[in-house]
Amino acid sequence: MGTEYRIALAGNPNTGKSTLFNALTGLRQHTGNWAGKTVSLAQGTVQFKDKTFQLIDLPGTYSLFSNSKDEEVARNYIVFEKPDVTLVVLDATSLERNLNLALQVLEMTKNVVIAINLIDVAEEQGIQINERLLTNRLGVPVIKISARNKKGFPMLLDTLDRIVTGAIECNPVRMVYSEEIEEQIKKIEPKVREIIGGQLSSRWVSLRLLDGDETLLNEINQRLSGRQVEYEYSTHIC
Amino acid sequence: MDKPKTMKLVNGEKGNIIKITSLNLDGVMRRRLLDLGFVTGALVEVVRKSPLGDPIAFRVSQTTIALREEESSKIEGELVSDGN
Repeated sequence: MGTEYRIALAGNPNTGKSTLFNALTGLRQHTGNWAGKTVSLAQGTVQFKDKTFQLIDLPGTYSLFSNSKDEEVARNYIVFEKPDVTLVVLDATSLERNLNLALQVLEMTKNVVIAINLIDVAEEQGIQINERLLTNRLGVPVIKISARNKKGFPMLLDTLDRIVTGAIECNPVRMVYSEEIEEQIKKIEPKVREIIGGQLSSRWVSLRLLDGDETLLNEINQRLSGRQVEYEYSTHIC
Repeated sequence: MDKPKTMKLVNGEKGNIIKITSLNLDGVMRRRLLDLGFVTGALVEVVRKSPLGDPIAFRVSQTTIALREEESSKIEGELVSDGN
C-alpha cells in the first residue's frame, strides 16, 4: 500500500475534471460526505510507485469566493481539510476564464499542480500553450494533459509524487494588489496571524476580511473552536 | 468614431461590442460578475435580446452569459463596434 496522500481536484465546470478523475481512479472510487455538509464528493485512489494517492473530486466552480454552496464546499476543503496537493484542472481552449480559479487557489494554498486539459482540442484549434513559461510565472508545475486520451498522465503522477516527497517545492506567485489594499493587508495581517496561527494563510484571510467575506469568518470561528469540529468529522467520514 | 460612446450594457444592440469600463455593483453580485469575466477592459458582445428585451445574452471570454436588467444596467462600457 505505502503512504497515502490526499489530492484534491479543483476546476471550472466542464473542464474534464471528472473525466480525469475517472480515468485515474478507474473503479476504485466511492462518494463521501464531508465536513458536516450534505454535498457528496467522489473519492478514489490511484497507485503510483510506492504511494497511494487519494483523489477527491471537488465541485466544479468558476470561483472559490462562496457565492454558492458548491464554491463553499470546494473552498472549505482546500483551506480547512488541507489536501497534500491541490490539482487545478484548466480547459486549454479557454485559459483566460479558467486562470481566475487557478489564481484563487494559488492564494489559498502552497502545494498546487496545474493540469491543462483538452490540450488535443486546443491544438486542433491552433492554440499553442507554453507550459514552461506558465510554470515560471505561476511558480507551480503546469502540465499539459488530455484526460480523454490519457495523455500526460505519467508526467502528472510523477509531479504529484515529487511534490509529496518534497523533491519539488511549489512557490506560488503572490498577487500584488493596489497600494491601498497592500497597505491595509500590512496593517491587519500580523493580527490575523496571531489569532489563526499557522493554520491558514494569513495573507489570504486578511484579503477575505477586507472583502467582507462573512461566511468565511463564520467557518473559521466554527472550525478553530476545536472540539465540535472533531465530533462532526467522525460522524461523517466513515 | 472620434470619441468612444459610453453606454450601459442593458442598452446594447445585437452585434454591439462593448469594452467594460466600470461595474456599479457591490458584494456578492459584483464578485460573481467578476468571476464570470465581466471585468474592466473585457470585450463583451451582445449576442441576442429576449423578445421583451430582458434578459440579454452576452458573450464574454468565450462563453455566453445572460444578464437581467438589474445587473446589465449597472455595467458601463465604451462602444467599440456596433457590429455593422
